[in-house]
Amino acid sequence: MREKELEKLKDYKYGFSTDIENFKAPKGLNEDVIKFISSIKKEPKWLLDWRLKAYNRVKVLKEPNWQKPKYPKIDYQDLYYYSAPKSFKEKPKSLDELDPKLIETYNKLGIPLNEQKKLNGIAVDAVFDSVSVATTFKDTLTEKGIIFCSISEAIQKHPDLVKKYLGSVIPITDHYFATLNSAVFTDGSFVYIPPGVRCPMELSTYFRINASDTGQFERTLIIADKGSYVSYLEGCTAPMRDENQLHAANVELIALDDAEIKYSTVQNWYPGDKDGKGGIYNFVTKRGLCKGKNSKISWTQVETGSAITWKYPSCILQGDNSVGEFYSIAITNNHQKADTGTKMIHLGKNTKSKIISKGISAGFSDMTYRGLVDISPKSENSSNYTQCDSLLMGNKCGAHTIPYIKNKNANSNIAHEATTSKISDEQLYYCQQRGLNSEEAVSLIVNGFCKEVLQQLPMEFAVEAQKLVGISLEGSVG
Amino acid sequence: MENFKTDFEKTLKNNNFSEKEISFKNFNAKEFLNQGFPNRKHEDWKFSDINQIINKEIGELKFYSEQSEKNRVDKDILLNQIEHNKLVFINGQLEKIDFNSEDKSKIEFLDNQNSLDEQLVENSLINLNNALTNKSYKLLVKKNYQIKNPLIIYHVSNNKITSQNINLKINFELEENSSLKLIDLVKDKGNKNFINIFYNFSLEKNSILKNYKIDQFENDNIRYMFNNIKQSSNSVSETFYLSKGSTFSKNEIFCDLKGEQSSAFVNGIFSLNKSKHHEIKAKINHLVENTKSYQLVKSVLENKSRSVYQGKIYVDSKAQKTDGYQLSKAILVDETTEFNAKPELEIYADDVKCSHGSASGSLDENSIFYLMSRGLSYKEARELLINGFLVEVINQITDEPIKKLIKNLYGLKNEY
Repeated sequence: MREKELEKLKDYKYGFSTDIENFKAPKGLNEDVIKFISSIKKEPKWLLDWRLKAYNRVKVLKEPNWQKPKYPKIDYQDLYYYSAPKSFKEKPKSLDELDPKLIETYNKLGIPLNEQKKLNGIAVDAVFDSVSVATTFKDTLTEKGIIFCSISEAIQKHPDLVKKYLGSVIPITDHYFATLNSAVFTDGSFVYIPPGVRCPMELSTYFRINASDTGQFERTLIIADKGSYVSYLEGCTAPMRDENQLHAANVELIALDDAEIKYSTVQNWYPGDKDGKGGIYNFVTKRGLCKGKNSKISWTQVETGSAITWKYPSCILQGDNSVGEFYSIAITNNHQKADTGTKMIHLGKNTKSKIISKGISAGFSDMTYRGLVDISPKSENSSNYTQCDSLLMGNKCGAHTIPYIKNKNANSNIAHEATTSKISDEQLYYCQQRGLNSEEAVSLIVNGFCKEVLQQLPMEFAVEAQKLVGISLEGSVG
Repeated sequence: MENFKTDFEKTLKNNNFSEKEISFKNFNAKEFLNQGFPNRKHEDWKFSDINQIINKEIGELKFYSEQSEKNRVDKDILLNQIEHNKLVFINGQLEKIDFNSEDKSKIEFLDNQNSLDEQLVENSLINLNNALTNKSYKLLVKKNYQIKNPLIIYHVSNNKITSQNINLKINFELEENSSLKLIDLVKDKGNKNFINIFYNFSLEKNSILKNYKIDQFENDNIRYMFNNIKQSSNSVSETFYLSKGSTFSKNEIFCDLKGEQSSAFVNGIFSLNKSKHHEIKAKINHLVENTKSYQLVKSVLENKSRSVYQGKIYVDSKAQKTDGYQLSKAILVDETTEFNAKPELEIYADDVKCSHGSASGSLDENSIFYLMSRGLSYKEARELLINGFLVEVINQITDEPIKKLIKNLYGLKNEY
C-alpha cells in the first residue's frame, strides 16, 4: 500500500495531503454561507453588503462557455466555501503557536516558515485552504512602511485602503468566476508599498489546497504607490485527489505614478493522473491597472499544473507612458488542458506592451493561446509586440493560437508573430551525438525554447521553474 | 421577420418546386427564422454585426423579387479589355450566357439544379440563401479541359430595385485535369440592397481554380459572399479579393484540403474610405498529409473605414507535413480608421510548419521624408508607398492577363 503511494508521489511530489482537523462552513452556496464567512472573519458591514451584491449577480449570471477546454458541469452547491485548520478558530498570534503539522507541511513543500531558516530573504505569506497561516519577515517590512499581510488582516487594520481599491480593477459586475470570487473570497494576500519605497525583498504567497470538496477562492490585492517597486511571487500546490477541485482566485494589481509591479507565478497545482482523472480547475482572474503615468506592470507565469488552466493575466494601460508586459510558459502533458494568454488594453498615450508566450503540449493535451491587444482611438503613439510560439510533441495533442488584434489608432503599431513547430530531428540528433540521452536532449531544447521567459523570473524561481519544465515533460518522448 | 414569412410563402407559391425541394426550403426558412441575421454575439461575426448594419443601412428588407421582366444588358456593363466568357446577372436574374470561345462539348452550364446539399456550417445566411433561391445553377468543366478564356460573372443591379435581398447560388464542378479562371465583377447601380452569394466548388484531381472577386466600383450595397471549396489531391485553388466599392462586404472562404499535395492560396486587398466596413474570413482545413495554404491580406484604410481579417488554419492530427502561412498587414492612414484581426491557428499534428503574422500602423514618416527629399510631393510620396504596399498582393496573381486587368481596373500603372 505504502509503496503504491510512493509510486504515485513520484510523478507529483507535492501530492501528499496533511491530516489535519478542519473547520468548514456548511456545504453549498447561499446567503447564509456568505454571512457565515463574513462573520467568522469579523468583517465590516460594507464588505458583507458588497459580497451579497456580488452574490445576487452570480445568481443571474451564466458561466462562460466560449473557452476551448470544456469541463463537466460544476455543482456549486456541493462545495465547501470555507475550510480552515481547526486550530485557526482563534488565530494564533505567532509562529510558535502554529500547529506543528502545518509547519511540517510547508517544510515538506520547501517553504520553511521559521524565520531562522531564511529563504534567501523572501517574505512568505502561506495560504492553507481558506486561510492565511503565516506571514514571515513582518518586522523588516514594517520598518519601511510596507504592508504585507493576509487580506483578512488588512480588512481589519487598513480598511480605508481595502475599501478604496478592492474591486477597482475587477468589479463585482465582471464575469461569472470573478463575481463568484467577490461573493465568497476567503483569504489571500494584501500588499501596499508606500510612495518612493523599493521593496527590499521578494514578497511571496504560497497557496495550498488541502481539504477535499473545497473550492479555493482567494483574493490578492497589490497596490504600489507613487514611485515604488515590488516583486511578488506566487506558488501553488495541492494534494492528489481523484475528484476535480475548483480554484477561482482574483488578483488585482494597481500601479500609481512611476510605480512598478512585477508579478511572477509558478503554478503547479495537481494536474490529474495519467488518464486525466482528478486535478485542479484553475479558473483565475488576474488583472493589473497601470493607473498612473510611467507605471509598469509585468506578469510572468510558468504554468505546468492543473487539469484545466483558464486564465488571462491582463494589463489596463490607463496612465500615459505606462508599460505592460506578459511572459508566459505553459506546458501541458497527458490530459491537461490550458487556455491562457493575456489582454493588453491601451488607453493612455505612449503606452507600450509586450507579449511573449511559449506553449508546449505533449501527450493528449490541448493548449490554447488566446490574447487581446486593443489600442483605443485616444492612445496615441502606442505600440505592441506579440510573439507566441508553440511546440508540439506527438500527434495526439493540440496547440492553438487565437489572437484578437484591434487597432483604432493610426499612430500606433501592432506587430504579431506566431509559429508552431516540433523539435527538429537534427537538434535531437546533435544533442544525442554529444552524449545526452533523448530525455535530457528534449529538456535542454525545451529550456532553450523557454529561455526568454525564464530569464524574467527571480533567480530562485528560475532554477525551480527550469526543473519543473523538465519534470512536466517526463515520459512524453520516445 | 414578418416580411420574410410572407415573402417566403410567395416564393414557394410562384415557383414549381418539387416536394423534396419544398421540405428543404421549409427547413432552411425555419432555421433562418430561428436565428435571424447573425449579430456580434456569434464569434464569427464579432467584428461585423450584419444584423445591425442591415438595420442601419437598409431598415426593412424585401425578400421576394418578381422575376418576370427582362433586363437589357447594356454594353457599358461589359468589360472590353479582355476576351472572356460571360454570365450576366441583373438584379439576381440571369440575362446572358456566353461561352462562345469554348468547346461546347467540354463545358456545361445548367440552370435546373435542385439545391439539396447538406448543411455544412451553422450559418443563417446560407439558410436564407437556400430558402429563397428559386434556381440553382451548375457549371461543369469536363475532364482534361482547360478553359481558354476567363469566365466573368457580372453581378449587376440597376436602379429598379432598392432594399431588396438578392440570393444567388452556383455549384462549380471541375473534373480531373480541368481548369477554370473565374472573375466575379460587381457592377451596381441599384442601392441599399443586401446581396448574398453562395458558391460551391468541387475540385477533382489535378484541377486548377482561379477565382478573382472584384468589388472596385463605388456602391451602396451590403454584400456577403461565401466560397465553399473542396479539393482533391494535387488540386490548386487561388482566390483573390479586391475589396473596395461596397458599403459593407464580407467575403468568407471555407476550404477543405482533402487530397494530398493540394494547395490553397488566398490573397486580398482592402482599399477603403468613407465609413466602409469590409471583412475577409478564411478558414483552411488541412485534413491530409502534405498540403499547403498561403494567405496574404493587406489593408489601406482612410476616412472612418474599418477592415477585418479573420483567418484560421486548422490542421488535423493526420495532416503531417502541413505548410500553412498567414500574413495580414494594415496601414491606417488617418485617425478615424480601425483594423481588427484574428489570425488563428488550430493544430493537432506535430510535424507541421505553421506561422502567422500581423502588423498594423501608420505610413512610415521616414520613407515619406526620403521620397520628398528626392523631389516628390507629399501626395506623390504617399501614393507611391501605398501602391507599393498593395501591389505585392496583386503580384501574387498567377494569371498574367488578369493581373494586368486588375492593375488596370484599380488604376495602377503597369510599372508596378
